[in-house]
Amino acid sequence: MSNIEYKASAATLDTAKPYNYNKRMEPAKVIRWTILFLGGVVMIMPIVFMMSTSFKWPHEIYNLKIIPDDPTIENYTYVLEDGRFYKWFVNSLIIATITTISAVIFDSLVGYTLCKFRFRGRMIVFVAILSTLMIPTEMLVIPWYLMAKDFGWLNSYWGIMFPGVMTAFGTFLMKQFFESVPDDFLEAARIDGLNEFQIWWTVAMPLVTPAISALAIFVFLGNWTAFIWPLIVTNDPELYTLPVGLTTFSVEQSVEWELIMTGAALATIPTLIVFLVFQRYIIRGVVMTGLKG
Amino acid sequence: MATVELKGLVKTFGKTEVLHGIDLAVEDGEFIVFVGPSGCGKSTTLRLLAGLDEVSSGEILIGGNVVNNLEPKERNIAMVFQNYAIYPHMSVRKNIGFGLRTSKMSKADKEKRIDEVAELLGMTDLLDRKPGQLSGGQRQRVAIGRAMVRDPLVFLFDEPLSNLDAQLRTQMRLEIKKLHQDVGTTIVFVTHDQVEAMTLADRIVIMKDGHIQQVGTPAEVYQKPVNMFVAQFIGAPSMNMLPGKKSSAGIVLNAGPTISESLNSDASGIMVGIRPNDLTPALDNEAALFEGRVKIIEPLGPETLVYVELGQHEVLATVPGRTPPKIGDTIRLKAPQEEIHFFNADTGAAIL
Repeated sequence: MSNIEYKASAATLDTAKPYNYNKRMEPAKVIRWTILFLGGVVMIMPIVFMMSTSFKWPHEIYNLKIIPDDPTIENYTYVLEDGRFYKWFVNSLIIATITTISAVIFDSLVGYTLCKFRFRGRMIVFVAILSTLMIPTEMLVIPWYLMAKDFGWLNSYWGIMFPGVMTAFGTFLMKQFFESVPDDFLEAARIDGLNEFQIWWTVAMPLVTPAISALAIFVFLGNWTAFIWPLIVTNDPELYTLPVGLTTFSVEQSVEWELIMTGAALATIPTLIVFLVFQRYIIRGVVMTGLKG
Repeated sequence: MATVELKGLVKTFGKTEVLHGIDLAVEDGEFIVFVGPSGCGKSTTLRLLAGLDEVSSGEILIGGNVVNNLEPKERNIAMVFQNYAIYPHMSVRKNIGFGLRTSKMSKADKEKRIDEVAELLGMTDLLDRKPGQLSGGQRQRVAIGRAMVRDPLVFLFDEPLSNLDAQLRTQMRLEIKKLHQDVGTTIVFVTHDQVEAMTLADRIVIMKDGHIQQVGTPAEVYQKPVNMFVAQFIGAPSMNMLPGKKSSAGIVLNAGPTISESLNSDASGIMVGIRPNDLTPALDNEAALFEGRVKIIEPLGPETLVYVELGQHEVLATVPGRTPPKIGDTIRLKAPQEEIHFFNADTGAAIL
């Protein structure tokens, strides 16, 4: 076939494309969907195994069957009847909620100030805050511990919470979002007689709801699942958070995986609720920030 | 209502001076329009008046009181912004009532005031809608409503019609004019559109490079421009400018003809300005000022704009829309003597 004939037939095919309703799936699309499916399986399997294990008897846990031979709710009964679980759950809830509210408020305030006010040293402050993102948590744990010890914050809620009440990442995120709030909005409110705090709260904050939702989710999840710092700063079982408390199911002689998985399954409930409630905002927030949830 | 005075107003950003001493007195209830090209300092002047930027030197007086050190909220002014600045998360009612948040009025009085303003603007049915559900014109009306609700001493408008399409702009222009007639509050309006300035203003302030070029009624700035910039900025299409020089017979234009006019000026070079509207076809029995070849025609309906070649020069003339010439035709043009303007070619100042 000559080049000319080939081109002509290709053109005919192109023209015919919209009418070919029963066409086969393109190979690229098949590969794409296969990769996505495998990725989905990889993501979902730990959760499936967590749920599966939580319904297994101890002798069955190393059996990799997804559906247990002899399912039981005994693990749930045990964990829920054990008063410690409630205590850890409440501790985690208090700590995650307070740090989330605090981070949202302070990160927004600082982000707003750095974004919307011109003052000497503004960029230096911003770069200084941002540079803390480069320091890994592991490096900070010892100074934090020494500080908590000197201030008498060991074995206290505040001791667990203080490193998270404001975050550099959140400040950066909120600053970037406030860039999208037109200055005219703030100036109009200024002329209408609102003070700067009222402008921030009444005008600017409602306009960055997606960012607030995304930040709230990230901070909440980060604190809900935090392990190393709560483990270090407290040795009082009354103050254990859920992740720290669950490790007590692992003793020298054995690891009670079925109880750990049951606790972990129960621990996902608040995060699921938060996700379901804020889903719309999270998706918008993640799309807008380019973050991966 | 209040008077507004600007005395020696200077504004610098860093080392750059953008306003070089603005002096202006706005009368009580007057509709004054600042007009000029981008970067001329008109919006800066408005922002200084609103208290959104600090004055570098000079004084601003509202109602006879110096307000330089007062916060925007203490100046009792209201401002309408180019992009409306209405809050998308609030209903029309809340947006209009936003200006009353800090007011000491009772809740019932606030609601009554919002209803009054909404009725005046024909927005009563839209009070529960969010801005996202409104058209551009309706949004602009909400912004105006928010400004009106506080009953301020002075309204400031910062290019409020720029974001609207041509038809809506004409409609809103009319509404703003009616509003001023109804409420009578002093209005300071900024625009880069000279048509807006001409149609709305009691007086126009024409600015360029941080200086006021001329202040006057629309008729004054149109008929008696003080310099070439004003002459060319005001009026659409722009005034034709033809170079010439003084001689004993009058002004000899480089394009050919001589205009018999004895000017009281020592200027060596003269610029002769004629508005396209005043340059019209001469009848066969009439003396013509110019004769040239038609280069381009632009039909506008009731009239046609004709670009006429005069040797090295070109002028724009207006001919009746029904009998336009063809490209390449020779056309004879006349202009009334009293509508011919003369300027000093070196300084640009009008020679009166």
